[in-house]
Amino acid sequence: MSPPADWSPENRERAARLIAAYPERRSAVMPLLYIAAMEHGYVSTEAMAEVAALTGLTAAQVQSVATFYTMYKRREVGKYLLSVCTSISCFLLGGDDVLAAVESETDTPDGETSADELYSVEHVECIGACGGAPAMQVNYELVEGVVPDKAKQLCRWLRDASPDPVLGDEMQALFGGQRSFEWGPKETEGATVPVPAFDPLGSASEGR
Amino acid sequence: MSDVILTSRMDAFPADSNTLERYRESGGYLALANALRDMAPEAVAAEVKASNIRGRGGANFPAGVKWGFLAPAEPHYLVVNADESEPGTFKDRQLLERDPHQLVEGVALAAYALGVPHAFIYVRGEYPKPARRVQHAVEEAYAAGLLGDDILGSGFSLDVTVHLGAGAYICGEETALLNSLEGHRGEPRIKPPFPAVEGLYASPTIVNNVETISNIPWIVANGGAAYAAIGPETSAGTRLFSLSGHVQQPGNYEIVMGMSWREFIYEVGGGIRDDRELKCWIPGGASAPWFMPDQLDTPVTIDDVAGNGSMLGSGAVVVMDDTTNVVAAAHRIVKFFAHESCGQCTPCREGTTWLEAMLWRILTGAGRPMDLEMLLDVSDNISPGLRWPPLQTTICPLGPSAVSPIRSIMTHFRGEVEAMIPSQEEAPVG
Repeated sequence: MSPPADWSPENRERAARLIAAYPERRSAVMPLLYIAAMEHGYVSTEAMAEVAALTGLTAAQVQSVATFYTMYKRREVGKYLLSVCTSISCFLLGGDDVLAAVESETDTPDGETSADELYSVEHVECIGACGGAPAMQVNYELVEGVVPDKAKQLCRWLRDASPDPVLGDEMQALFGGQRSFEWGPKETEGATVPVPAFDPLGSASEGR
Repeated sequence: MSDVILTSRMDAFPADSNTLERYRESGGYLALANALRDMAPEAVAAEVKASNIRGRGGANFPAGVKWGFLAPAEPHYLVVNADESEPGTFKDRQLLERDPHQLVEGVALAAYALGVPHAFIYVRGEYPKPARRVQHAVEEAYAAGLLGDDILGSGFSLDVTVHLGAGAYICGEETALLNSLEGHRGEPRIKPPFPAVEGLYASPTIVNNVETISNIPWIVANGGAAYAAIGPETSAGTRLFSLSGHVQQPGNYEIVMGMSWREFIYEVGGGIRDDRELKCWIPGGASAPWFMPDQLDTPVTIDDVAGNGSMLGSGAVVVMDDTTNVVAAAHRIVKFFAHESCGQCTPCREGTTWLEAMLWRILTGAGRPMDLEMLLDVSDNISPGLRWPPLQTTICPLGPSAVSPIRSIMTHFRGEVEAMIPSQEEAPVG
């Protein structure tokens, strides 16, 4: 089954290469769900049916996979997905206050999307940034040591500056604090949509 | 001999330790070249066995022994577990971001030793940047002839695929990870069969943690015996600890095991923030029972921590000072496990949810005296006898992990829990 005709030519080609990259077709279901999410804005029913056709699974099988993972969003997501960690280390250092600050600045409750579809807000479990607690992500790009006031400034900056792509280094420099470790090389890649900015077929240019 | 193995390059090249150029100029890929030219695969495996390195993902099982279980049926697969999700743990993130070639060389050496034609690196979904760095290193290695067909003219060929997860702690459990990689829900499998016999696509598979594999270039270059000589006999080698919580200097620290917890928390970590008092700490990730100040002189080794009723687990140390509401802290950890339960096993699916609800009730002043015994009773249904190491009524250890914080507060802070429960007369009716 070939990729859907209304997908971008790049994504059609990537889908075909992804399927070929695994010993079994079914293994491509996770990366294909990310591509489908980019095409549709979220993992819609139609997106799951397309992935099913591509992998030889039933729509129900793809749905069972998609609904297992928290990062396959089943509803529209705002331009900027704000994920605030409230697991143990961030909790000990004020992660709940960061979440409250983000909710109030964006006027968006935890788990919801703002009326203007600019922000989606969610609390998340541990994102592996405990040494830089409290931490949050914007479209899965990380900012560490974000105190509530800085988190509010970050939200305003996203609205006013409309960064595209969202770069972790830039956010860290403007709004971050304590880090888990020195980040090392400057990053030139970031997220353009609320889907993790990773192409398993390779497009990485940072650090070259 | 340097006390630092994994992070030496990061210190030497703070701006670009992740590049092939830096990796090579500091001796990188020489172990691979030498092994492919001069060593039989069995000889590489023998060095890893001789190193006595114990898996760094959490279970601390000897890696060389695990490799020895690999069944002969072909093909063999190698899967690197980079699904680092245990709350408090952020060490693999640093290894992925700052020295991905060390991991890639480790993958190539392990694949050669194990006869693996195709290896996978499963990176958690919330780590796009670490995944990009590893992907880039893999591309560089392909371009340099260090991966792909006929590596360095040796006749050995290896493909490496980086796979991104999508947000599920349970996929760090190795059989759940394999199900996820196959395109299924990330639900753990009943063992046996173990992955070494029936793993990815039902083929013999070795699953190793990022830190474990990242040590292999050094082990092969310097010999297993040299690695085994570092630190205490049963906790050989250095270890990358993630220190967080109420400490002055949180961060990742690569240390030789064997120092006391007092040294680790007060000297390495700089002590408690604002010079406050230590209340307790988690010695090995959210799944581990908590340690109390009277255990500060216990050595930081795998066996000493296990012998004192907890585990070194993933090397994640979370420190709590005397301002900590331990019921709130325990609730937050139990909430994590309730959220991450895959739902296959009733005791875990229902039990973790009940435990979270009871702790929330107590936290919000609506607790009842009977909740104290009920917390222990529900815990007992997940992990019979509340023993350590835990028994389980579940397929995987996630359920018993949720019991650890309950046991910890009910053993060490029962008075604080009781004080949060209104007396019968005050309790709201209904």
